[in-house]
Amino acid sequence: MAFSTATAYFAPQPFPLNTASPRSHDNPLITPASASPFFGSTPKLRLSPSPKFNLHRRSGSGVSVSQVVKEKKPKSTRSLLITKDEGLELYEDMVLGRAFEDMCAQMYYRGKMFGFVHLYNGQEAVSTGFIKLLKQQDSVVSTYRDHVHALSKGVPARAVMSELFGKTTGCCRGQGGSMHMFSREHNVLGGFAFIGEGIPVATGAAFTSKYTREVLKEVDCDHVTLAFFGDGTCNNGQFFECLNMAALWKLPIVFVVENNLWAIGMSHLRSTSDPQIYNKGPAFGMPGIHVDGMDVLKVREVAKEAIARARRGEGPTLVECETYRFRGHSLADPDELRDPAEKERYAARDPIKALKKYIIESNLASEAELKAIDKKIDEVVEDAVEFADESPVPPRSQLLENVFADPKGFGIGPDGRYRCADPKFTEGTAHV
Amino acid sequence: MATSFHGVGAAVAALSSSPSNSFDSKKLLCSPRRSFPVRKGASFVVARSDGSVNFDLNPKARRAQQLIVNAVATKSDSSPASSSSKPGHELLLFEALREGLEEEMDRDPRVCVMGEDVGHYGGSYKVTRGLAEKFGDLRVLDTPIAENSFTGMGIGAAMTGLRPVVEGMNMGFLLLAFNQISNNCGMLHYTSGGQFTIPIVIRGPGGVGRQLGAEHSQRLESYFQSIPGIQMVACSTPYNAKGLMKAAIRSENPVILFEHVLLYNLKERIPDEDYICNLEEAEMVRPGEHVTILTYSRMRYHVMQAAKTLVNKGYDPEVIDIRSLKPFDLHTIGNSVKKTHRVLIVEECMRTGGIGASLTAAVTENFHDYLDAPIMCLSSQDVPTPYAGTLEEWTVVQPAQIVTAVEQLCK
Repeated sequence: MAFSTATAYFAPQPFPLNTASPRSHDNPLITPASASPFFGSTPKLRLSPSPKFNLHRRSGSGVSVSQVVKEKKPKSTRSLLITKDEGLELYEDMVLGRAFEDMCAQMYYRGKMFGFVHLYNGQEAVSTGFIKLLKQQDSVVSTYRDHVHALSKGVPARAVMSELFGKTTGCCRGQGGSMHMFSREHNVLGGFAFIGEGIPVATGAAFTSKYTREVLKEVDCDHVTLAFFGDGTCNNGQFFECLNMAALWKLPIVFVVENNLWAIGMSHLRSTSDPQIYNKGPAFGMPGIHVDGMDVLKVREVAKEAIARARRGEGPTLVECETYRFRGHSLADPDELRDPAEKERYAARDPIKALKKYIIESNLASEAELKAIDKKIDEVVEDAVEFADESPVPPRSQLLENVFADPKGFGIGPDGRYRCADPKFTEGTAHV
Repeated sequence: MATSFHGVGAAVAALSSSPSNSFDSKKLLCSPRRSFPVRKGASFVVARSDGSVNFDLNPKARRAQQLIVNAVATKSDSSPASSSSKPGHELLLFEALREGLEEEMDRDPRVCVMGEDVGHYGGSYKVTRGLAEKFGDLRVLDTPIAENSFTGMGIGAAMTGLRPVVEGMNMGFLLLAFNQISNNCGMLHYTSGGQFTIPIVIRGPGGVGRQLGAEHSQRLESYFQSIPGIQMVACSTPYNAKGLMKAAIRSENPVILFEHVLLYNLKERIPDEDYICNLEEAEMVRPGEHVTILTYSRMRYHVMQAAKTLVNKGYDPEVIDIRSLKPFDLHTIGNSVKKTHRVLIVEECMRTGGIGASLTAAVTENFHDYLDAPIMCLSSQDVPTPYAGTLEEWTVVQPAQIVTAVEQLCK
């Protein structure tokens, strides 16, 4: 019984749109010809079947992971996709993302943070589904909608909130802001304001991984890089150029498209000749997968395979996650263009609610345990705000500190000394 | 018809002299007392625009050669004992670049090269010839034609521990990489709060060549100079080419190294031992008393050609190759201005917004009191470089204009 509802939870919904043109995703999303779960790959790129489960077609609406669940014995926990610990970890991470972003909105409207702030509400399944599978040394590259990627990767909420408040205790010392979250310790390589410009950086990080293994001969190096970006980016040259290079050199990278259908006010269908972004993978010689990005477990299964593929040295994968942002493009966006009916449909597929339902109905954890996590996260976020509030703003002396890694780059002054030796530099009052 | 390379011999002879008192010689990594012997019968090469090389001397050049020893005041030779005991070796500028690159790649396995045709083809100006065979295809990476992305890839690799040298086949192509160079290369160290360094070197040939047309004749230094967080250097001799290449690779900052299409075949004798050139320093080419001429890259040779004429007319120009386009070496420049009180800037950038424009501002701002005359700046015309040879000649500054300018300045 529990599983029939679980099945219903997993059943992919058709995706009607607010425009007249039909969404092409009612075509089968994944050709199941072989047991390989990956779509459209040329024969030599087909993977051997995953030992865990068979994926096959279900009446034209794509792969349903629930098939697996239905076929196995209902009572055995081994048939579940996650363990209790994993489930709680995923839940906590998504709740953290949501609570944090909601707090950001509050703080923004209270004048604690400024500029362009892009919130991730609704897309948590993608971040959690992918990033929770990574090791610390793996890298993540994101766009301006990067708070939750940083949090999932392990950057403390305090550091992110401080950064948003522009305080010196922020992860980038207050110098980056909402759109530039970086963490050397957790290998978050940004945070980029222009769409597409992070993808080459991610490709470079993957190149380093391959170089480390093959040139520096550290044969154990299997670091993987994830590049997150949106549907709008998939029309940008850098995207295509990097797909080519990554496939050419079999770089250990996964290109994760967070297709939320909207690039500010530009509908994906109005800007893209072939809206099925996953089609673009095979054109470059890599598998292209489409997955329901509102379902963290599905995302996680696809992510597992894509990341494993990269680690094995087989090259990149393009994963299109169909997802939705519940808020506007940024806090400055009135979000008047999107059809309320569309928003409602996706709100009904809230990934956090769905996971909660799955956890409870699979008897992985009780409602009380989940509520405890909610409370814990609330406290974490409150603490982050408090910390950020109390942190100092950057002093003037910080102004010139990080322009150059080697401050000799400011040159030699008229007196013959390097300008960085001038006390005005350390005070931040020098004119460069 | 091969056009002779004006004043190559003379200019090549005027090697970087041992450091004057103008800056702390300890900052140089090479011996401060080293100097170079005056070059008798300096080698003179003619570089054709198709890359072939021959040794024609037209009458004008032959006369120039005879003037070399007189026209170019070299620092008095220290006794031979103080110079390097090794004889040095002669090579062309592109070979010097390659030598510097190869030495750094030998020294540090994280140094790698990326660019179009750098590997199997050996580089379109042969700067990377033989490196792919020696270091492998991954270390000398032939990229697809995607400047923005492979420059970005170089930046990502630099952030994660490698030390890439990215080649723009022609500097002009790096206009396509402007997004990455400005946003990521220049700014990422800052926006990450200092967490990530970008020890990347971006290099390539630029400048006006021989009838290469407008798009292949661009001077990108003027476009890049505003980007915060990068350093820009321009090499002009085999000696400083190798030295700057090595220094740029070793630097933790992103450095853009500007080479010039017409200078690749300059020949010079350079030391055998390891040396680097300081990235932030200018080079004193010819000390003088009457006027300070600030220049860089190819224009250095036009200036030296003009210098010969000027000397014959009784002037004593001080020629400084600024080398460091960003930041400017205000010390060497300032000392010169304080001595001569007149400044002429000769550059190949366009009149509007070029390096000369910035340099004029910097000199005015810092040394206004020392100037006896307004700064003169000779730049290329604000014109897309025409294909026709005659028109092309008139877009860039020629030695005759330099002579006229000095005469005017020294009235």
